[in-house]
Amino acid sequence: MEPFITHRGIVAPLDRANVDTDQIIPKQFLKSIKRTGFGPSAFFDWRYLIDATPNPDFELNKPRYEARSILLTRNNFGCGSSREHAVWALAQDGYRVIVAPYRGEGDDHIPGFADIFKNNCSKNGVVTIELSEAEVEEIFQAVFAEEGLEASVDLAAQTLTLHKADGEVTYGFEYDPSVKNKLLNGLDDIEESLQYMEEIGRFEANHNTWIHAPQG
Amino acid sequence: MAKTLFEKIWDRHLVRDLPDGTSLLYIDRHLVHEVTSPQAFEGLRLTGRGVRHPELTFSTMDHNVPTDENRLNIQDPISAAQVDALEKNCKEFGIKLYGIGDQRQGIVHVIGPELGITLPGLTLVCGDSHTSTHGAFGSLAFGIGTSEVEHVLATQTLRQKKARTFKVEYTGKLSPHVHSKDMVLKLIGMIGTAGGTGSVFEFCGEAVRSLSMEARMTICNMSIEGGARAGLIAPDETTFEYITAKDRPFAPKGEALEKALAQWRSLPSDEDAVFDRTLTIDASKIAPQVTWGTSPGMVIDVDQPVPGLNDVAGYSAADVRKALDYMGLEPGQKMTDIKPDTIFIGSCTNSRIEDLRRAAAILKGRKKADHIKLLVVPGSHQVRLQAEAEGLDQVFEDAGAEWRWAGCSMCLAMNPDKLAPKERCASTSNRNFEGRQGAGGRTHLVSPEMAAAAAVEGHFVDIRNWNT
Repeated sequence: MEPFITHRGIVAPLDRANVDTDQIIPKQFLKSIKRTGFGPSAFFDWRYLIDATPNPDFELNKPRYEARSILLTRNNFGCGSSREHAVWALAQDGYRVIVAPYRGEGDDHIPGFADIFKNNCSKNGVVTIELSEAEVEEIFQAVFAEEGLEASVDLAAQTLTLHKADGEVTYGFEYDPSVKNKLLNGLDDIEESLQYMEEIGRFEANHNTWIHAPQG
Repeated sequence: MAKTLFEKIWDRHLVRDLPDGTSLLYIDRHLVHEVTSPQAFEGLRLTGRGVRHPELTFSTMDHNVPTDENRLNIQDPISAAQVDALEKNCKEFGIKLYGIGDQRQGIVHVIGPELGITLPGLTLVCGDSHTSTHGAFGSLAFGIGTSEVEHVLATQTLRQKKARTFKVEYTGKLSPHVHSKDMVLKLIGMIGTAGGTGSVFEFCGEAVRSLSMEARMTICNMSIEGGARAGLIAPDETTFEYITAKDRPFAPKGEALEKALAQWRSLPSDEDAVFDRTLTIDASKIAPQVTWGTSPGMVIDVDQPVPGLNDVAGYSAADVRKALDYMGLEPGQKMTDIKPDTIFIGSCTNSRIEDLRRAAAILKGRKKADHIKLLVVPGSHQVRLQAEAEGLDQVFEDAGAEWRWAGCSMCLAMNPDKLAPKERCASTSNRNFEGRQGAGGRTHLVSPEMAAAAAVEGHFVDIRNWNT
């Protein structure tokens, strides 16, 4: 995986909550047996009209967002199906960073991204940033107000900086240290885990063999 | 220290904690289907890696397969290529495959329990979010992405962060004709589709204990719709009876079963175990549920009207407007006035024999309304054979239904069964997302009984007051 250290790019707003992976990449594209070629099909049903021409009403089709690489959205992004194709589609469509709001604090904390989707992002070098609802709202307003607004992300510092014409605003965010380390160094999970094969073998030797080995 | 069921399974599968703060978790069973696996097998080939435990890996075809009598001959060349790829990959890596035409083929989450692959206390994964289904056995089961499928194939482990625990207790008894589908839809309506994110549910309480295994699977199946990757139900005598009453080829037998049973009985959460979150729902107050929007959290009691724009907790007025526009509905409309065009009884949520029996009990001696298209799709070939042995196929056909072969069918429209734009469907499946059952299609999620009654009347009914 290519390391992610810093990134600067135009922010595009997708002002919708609960965007599910069926919307990010509809089922007909899951029939591919390849890992590539999904980019043009991201958000297919919203992005194109019936005649396959771009839908001018879809927010991300606006010319001002054409060169975007940071997606700004609402809570529970990537819910639903586990399809990693959703992340492949976004990454191949040029998104390196996705920003969504978490809700609540402490025991009531609800993450901004669905679990499996976030996990899939971490395997594909896509950074998922969670900010408070108020912060995300502020960024939405800034993006609506200023064409070509850029943000930069520094993963090591865990900051997102909005480069507004009237001055920069920086937001700090939490990041799972294991995922951060993996992204910063471009580590491959399987390669890392294979280092523990001996231990896995020892574990297997003591594991519940009567249910471990299927009888059929 | 007192432990929850989740913590007990976790501890028994922990290979080691890793320096980066994650844990290496051993995986006992890996289910594979044609859609999310080809890139994983390709990854193995490119890196020259093998499958560590082909005998713990089980494969079937379900998403792409047609369910009509021509199913063996897939017309769509891209679907056919995906199915062929699975066959080739299974052969190359020595993995058992229940392909189209096999007596044991079916939806992956239906055949796992059926064949005794799913057992209490195991860890089980599949590249499919509805893997949560298997949690009904007290098996820690969750969906994974394709990169993780490759990781499990190569190492028989996963790198995981420990989830939070979320206890959902259903007290009291369900009303007649209210089922586990209504229990889980009610929960999702209460907590929203992100309410369980980061957590594993444990479903418990009187109303859960009295459910059959198949009904439990329906609840656990939709855990993911509540945001939780996994849902668990502690194994009990109902579980053990399910595993041992029929011939389940991969379940332990004889002495192995005795040992297994002793271990399974130690699994339930300790009485004083502490959960991160708890929620109690009075099951006796749950009404039949129907979704009105484009997210499983947009759900309401059947005797209530379509909600107003500002009346839905957790969704903005704009979200509600967007959903109602898509669904072609207006606030205040009675749910029982809504007329579906199509009824789909099937999917990994509700396609098991008990689901079909319930639907058949409603349809027996009755006919579907003229304008309705009614599709009944068994979850596995074994379910199909059982239904036919009981004469249910005849009941369905007499009622005007199409009786199909096993597959995912109209749940997700990756095969020829799909909705046309604006076609309205009462569906026993799990997702009412935009376009889920076909681009522009409109989905209302309901239980099998509610779906069958809607087929007869031509509109939704409150099954509690209906002439059952």
